[in-house]
Amino acid sequence: MTARLRAVVLALLALAAVSTMAAPALADDVSSGDQPLLIAQDAEQGLTGTLRDDQGEPVPGVTIVVRTADGADVGTAESDDDGAWSVPLDSGGDYQVELDESTLPEGVSLREGARNPLEVTVQDGRTRPAVFQLGEGAGGRGQIEAFFRALANGIKFGLIIAMCAVGLSLIFGTTGLINFAHGELVAVGALLAWFFNVGDLRIQLLIAALLAVVLTASFGGVLERGLFRPLRKRRLGTFQLVVITIGLSLLIRHVLLLFFGGAPRPYRDYVGQRAIQMGPVQLTPRDMIIMAISAGVLIAVATMLQKTRIGKGMRAVSDNRDLAESSGIDVDRVVLMVWILGAGLAALGGVLFGSAVSVDWFMGFRLLLLMFAGVILGGLGTAYGAMLGSLVIGLVTELSVLWFPSELKFMWALVVLIVVLLVRPQGILGRAERIG
Amino acid sequence: MDINAILSNGIRAAFGPQAAAYALLAVGLNMHYGYTGLLNFGQVGFMLVGAYGVGISVATFGLSLWAGVFVGIVGAVALALLLGIPTLRLRSDYFAITTIAVAEILRLIVRSGPARDITGGPFGLQGIATEFYALNPLPPGSFGVGPLTYPRNTLFVLLVTWTIALLATLLLIGLMGSPWGRVIKSIREDEDAARALGKNVFSYKMQSLVIGGVIGAMGGVMFAIAGSTVNADTYQPQVTFFAYTILILGGAASRFGPLLGAVVFWFLFSGINTGLRQAASQGLLPDFLSASGSTGAIALSTVGLALMLLMIFRPQGVLGNKREMMLDA
Repeated sequence: MTARLRAVVLALLALAAVSTMAAPALADDVSSGDQPLLIAQDAEQGLTGTLRDDQGEPVPGVTIVVRTADGADVGTAESDDDGAWSVPLDSGGDYQVELDESTLPEGVSLREGARNPLEVTVQDGRTRPAVFQLGEGAGGRGQIEAFFRALANGIKFGLIIAMCAVGLSLIFGTTGLINFAHGELVAVGALLAWFFNVGDLRIQLLIAALLAVVLTASFGGVLERGLFRPLRKRRLGTFQLVVITIGLSLLIRHVLLLFFGGAPRPYRDYVGQRAIQMGPVQLTPRDMIIMAISAGVLIAVATMLQKTRIGKGMRAVSDNRDLAESSGIDVDRVVLMVWILGAGLAALGGVLFGSAVSVDWFMGFRLLLLMFAGVILGGLGTAYGAMLGSLVIGLVTELSVLWFPSELKFMWALVVLIVVLLVRPQGILGRAERIG
Repeated sequence: MDINAILSNGIRAAFGPQAAAYALLAVGLNMHYGYTGLLNFGQVGFMLVGAYGVGISVATFGLSLWAGVFVGIVGAVALALLLGIPTLRLRSDYFAITTIAVAEILRLIVRSGPARDITGGPFGLQGIATEFYALNPLPPGSFGVGPLTYPRNTLFVLLVTWTIALLATLLLIGLMGSPWGRVIKSIREDEDAARALGKNVFSYKMQSLVIGGVIGAMGGVMFAIAGSTVNADTYQPQVTFFAYTILILGGAASRFGPLLGAVVFWFLFSGINTGLRQAASQGLLPDFLSASGSTGAIALSTVGLALMLLMIFRPQGVLGNKREMMLDA
């Protein structure tokens, strides 16, 4: 018993040790991001900026013209693949910076009320940033586009949440335990992939993701074998186990904070892509791949649950643990597989979320609330319910942005949660007897 | 390492206003978790409602402090009803999930831009306790013995807060000795048995939720008064888990467990923090551990580990009775 606990502690420490190496990588990252600024500084003074659209994607190929206050051209620049531009200047003074709107790509325009040209004062020897606020195209077309963009985003995040939530629901179904540390498995996966991708190793993201998924899945297995199974054998009450998962999540989350720091970080690959127009929807190739991967993985999981021996075992144990055990299913083995599968899926969800947005130490907890909402909406304990419910939650949160402030989009997931509990507490696919 | 500074910081924190406010949270949680078996993971939500009840009434609408306290308490009752009505008829899992989610959503709402005119958004509200400190009967100066010395206003607020915590504890002792309390405990032990005896389990659970919630909200009220400010970022979900650690450390379902737990917890937490900062400034720690902000992360991961170990090896805490803590959902 104590030996196993020690094993878990050791595993956590090992995880921590691996991530230590990520720290020096930070410095590299910062300096490379500042490069345009450095070039401009060589010319002693100048103007610089980075063009990003409202989704945070860089906007390349836009012409910027700099004139003196009396209208004489002193320089032009075109934004590069990272959206960065800079114009060196011979001397300080008052300048006008104009963005050539005809060079903006389709669907991107200056935000309403944004000033163009900008009037800036440059001091001798200083590089001054000039910021243009870009947004979506104006007019009625913009609204329809915004709707489809929110719809696509909703499906994307719904699929990601679904992938994270399947494990949560299956672990609950097979052991009756609500794993409050499930969000941390998501964060561990995402941050491990970041460490492999951006840290010293600089492995391509797909391979880094694979490594992270395998490591996190094993970590899930270690947690079950080394911590939760021995505790179940010791007949700890469900309440005690739930509080232990809370302690575990607090521990993992702050170990992650310790090693990765508080700032959100992007991955190195697949950033700064240009959106491709497909009918009414604009999607970057990255987002399409994210959606394809998550849909494919979810279908694979469903097939596995339906066709394979272990998958049937998982469903049987979720359905009725005692009956499954007495018909000869090795429940311990099934539960172990559920933990490994659940942790692996959570890690993959984390990497995809990180690739779509960014990774940070707190992402697990934020996603956990959405997972809970999805799992309860679909029916606690069912794998398919978790998928369906999460998809709905993803759509609700993203579509709410069309009408309400985006800061509050998670609130709508919770409103759905409470309405479901009032109206149909067993969820869409759950059975009424479960909720007693 | 300055052991003296570590000890005296620890002792000062152990009896300080913050420890007293957390003691109130833990007393409320003892009602929910210890006696009734409600897995409330959103105690910080009650704290937030209490604190913002005072903050908004005083700083935004210019009402008196007492009206603010009243608003905070009414808010806590409303929150308990909002949480309880959809979830208390269901299995405890649903309650646990809903409480943690509602508490976090409340934080997001008060922190958001659109709420800024009322709650101050990310900047919070200031200057809410002038009325309270005007009542301070203590003469100017600092008072106390040895390391237990506080400036007059701190001493005043900590005395008031500990008094409220003690009163809340006595209230629970009285309630638990009554027939009402025996029904509450029987619900914890076996809900179906209580129901079979004709008790309205839902109603009893709701009463327990309201009482514990109001006590938690008083913790929030006093916390806001102690700093004379409210800020959304104070009310992170981990506050609830601090309260759990305090409760389990002292002993859930024990009479004075939450009070003892708060003193021990804050002594250790503050002592460890001071020790870590000293070690970091003297270069005794590896680089990544001594970066700014990492002492907080170390302390918080220690709390997580302590919560796990306590639950595994001594779920009854210091003062509790192990037989009372073998709860099943």
